[in-house]
Amino acid sequence: MKTWNPWLFWPNNVAFSVLALAVLAMLFLYAARKPMHGVIHSVCELLSQSMRFISRWLFLCADNLRLRNQSVLLAHGQESEATVIDREFERVGNIIRKDMQEFPALQRKMMEEATRIEDDYHKCREVPPPPPEWVSALESVAQIKSGGDIPRKLLEDINKSIQKIHDQTVAEFRRSYEERHKILKTMQPAWRSVEKLTGEMEKKMLTLQTNAKQIDGHMEKLEAIRAKDNKTEHALTVSGFVQLAISALVMVIAMGGAFINYKLIALPMSEMVGASDYITNNLKTSDVAALVIILMEASMGLFLLESLRITQLFPRIASMDDRMRHRLMLASLIFLIILAAIESSLALMRDLLVVDKASLLRDLASAAPPASDGLLTSIPMIGQMVMGFVLPFALAFVAIPLENVVHSLRTVIGVFLVQAIRGLGFVLRFTGLLFKRLAKVLELTYDVLIVIPLMIERWVIGIRAGSPGDMGNTEDKELSKLRRAA
Amino acid sequence: MSKYLTLLILSVGIVFISACGDSRIHSHGVYMLVDTSGTYDQEMNKASKIINYLLATLNPGDSLAVAKVETRSFTEKDIIAKVTFDKRPSKATSQKRAFKTNIAAFAKGVKGSAYTDITGGLIQGAEYLNETKAGIKTIVVFSDMQEELGKGTIRNFPIKLDGIRIVALNVTKLGADNADPRRYLDRLARWEASVRKAGATEWVVVNDLENNLESILITR
Repeated sequence: MKTWNPWLFWPNNVAFSVLALAVLAMLFLYAARKPMHGVIHSVCELLSQSMRFISRWLFLCADNLRLRNQSVLLAHGQESEATVIDREFERVGNIIRKDMQEFPALQRKMMEEATRIEDDYHKCREVPPPPPEWVSALESVAQIKSGGDIPRKLLEDINKSIQKIHDQTVAEFRRSYEERHKILKTMQPAWRSVEKLTGEMEKKMLTLQTNAKQIDGHMEKLEAIRAKDNKTEHALTVSGFVQLAISALVMVIAMGGAFINYKLIALPMSEMVGASDYITNNLKTSDVAALVIILMEASMGLFLLESLRITQLFPRIASMDDRMRHRLMLASLIFLIILAAIESSLALMRDLLVVDKASLLRDLASAAPPASDGLLTSIPMIGQMVMGFVLPFALAFVAIPLENVVHSLRTVIGVFLVQAIRGLGFVLRFTGLLFKRLAKVLELTYDVLIVIPLMIERWVIGIRAGSPGDMGNTEDKELSKLRRAA
Repeated sequence: MSKYLTLLILSVGIVFISACGDSRIHSHGVYMLVDTSGTYDQEMNKASKIINYLLATLNPGDSLAVAKVETRSFTEKDIIAKVTFDKRPSKATSQKRAFKTNIAAFAKGVKGSAYTDITGGLIQGAEYLNETKAGIKTIVVFSDMQEELGKGTIRNFPIKLDGIRIVALNVTKLGADNADPRRYLDRLARWEASVRKAGATEWVVVNDLENNLESILITR
């Protein structure tokens, strides 16, 4: 227990001792008033200035980081848009190349159809009936002057002839119309063919028009990116957040698949590397080996997608010449198939081990073996084998969301980092301000502790000045000084 | 990116190199003493069930030995069967089957002994377990814990059971225990004090063989 006795002048009279100590302390503090005020001011000023300086530096860092993020984001956006535009142009080029190749044939076909239609049209023109020859014969008969039976007979003969000719003409006319109808009927498919060809051309032109509109949209975006438009930057940042969320979701699903994969091969791997080997206290070697197999599958999938130019995480692979890239693609695919086959056989081994263990447990418990249905019991085994073969290929596609995560994580982390630095800068600035004000508070608190000597000082100054008015002035001056300081 | 790839390959390599550590430290070693003295040989069926439980629970890489408690038990001759399971699960399963057959053969022809040398069995068990270099060592004593030493058998000296768990199984109450339960409690307390003094890490008594078999082994 600490004793205060050494500090007491009169241990028997504590009150007096404390009073004496207080007076001494007050005198000391009064004497050290100016230096202490200076110390308080200096320390607070030092802290305040340091914090302001650090805060300013942090804001500067945040600005630099924001600019860097912006340039990276815009560069990435520009690259993406350029790739999309390239792809669109390629698509348009393909359409044009394909259709241009077809256009001469199409045109020839249309010309042929048009000629055929024209010919048919010419053939269809109406043939006028032959001129009535009997009219002139009738006129000759009418000019005969003498009467009798001769004109009547002649007229009857003419009538007969006319009837005959009329019948022949009508029959000819009908036959002719029949032929024309037949020709018109044969024209129908030609018209349909022309209509179809025109429709096809229209459809192709429409596709081309849509593609052109899409290219226009992408070009506008690209122009906005190049102009460093704030709106575009904001849109790209939001897109980064959305991409990260979607990719993370897909990655979580993929991780679920990987976990099932791991469960499938962890037990049979113990048959290969031993079930009792441990890497750390809780980490079995067989578990790590299973994990390595899964990671290798994911890596092979990544290389496969890289060599197919679906993802672009490794620029070196993307920039390889086509032959080399093709070889890499084949190698990755072969490795992936081998790993899938290994996994499938491991899944089979797992099933055998499980069955063996179940049989042992039944033996140990002296239980009768269950009645087995060959087909039903083999379904899980087949299912495991199929899953073991398919899951590695499904896992290969994880490279796509991975690439998205890598790209969008940079944006998201950058945004959070800028906000965090700015927040820290604000806190430091606020603390600096507090320290600045704290100097005055501490000074006043110090003066409160030595209020009695200060009052005496003021009184003495008043007496020396000689008049109460002057004393009042001095007090006013002191007060105004304090106010200013405050 | 290639820098990160190199780092990943290096870390995987380091993990594989560190995998070459001693694996025995994670394995179980179990030495089971089966009392065959007096009327306790009637309990052999229960002992077989316990052995079967141990066979079902122990993993590849673990060791198991079953020995009988005789008039003088500090001898390898009393070990009925012993095995260290292979690292491969399929091989370990066939070893377990063979072990079970051995025990079943012994259970059919078990003969009662005149005396009960539990201490000798404990010393023999400790010796076996230390040889296995198992990480977790357990001696299971299937007995009423009533030691009766024959003439000339000396066991009143300090023994060493450092780092070994002792599990007393099916400690039946004798006729005299029923008359005066203090005898039974004193017997258990004496054994506990004795094995703890010898350096045993744990002393466990399991009498409920239906529901409390999990206490025999420490699960990893």
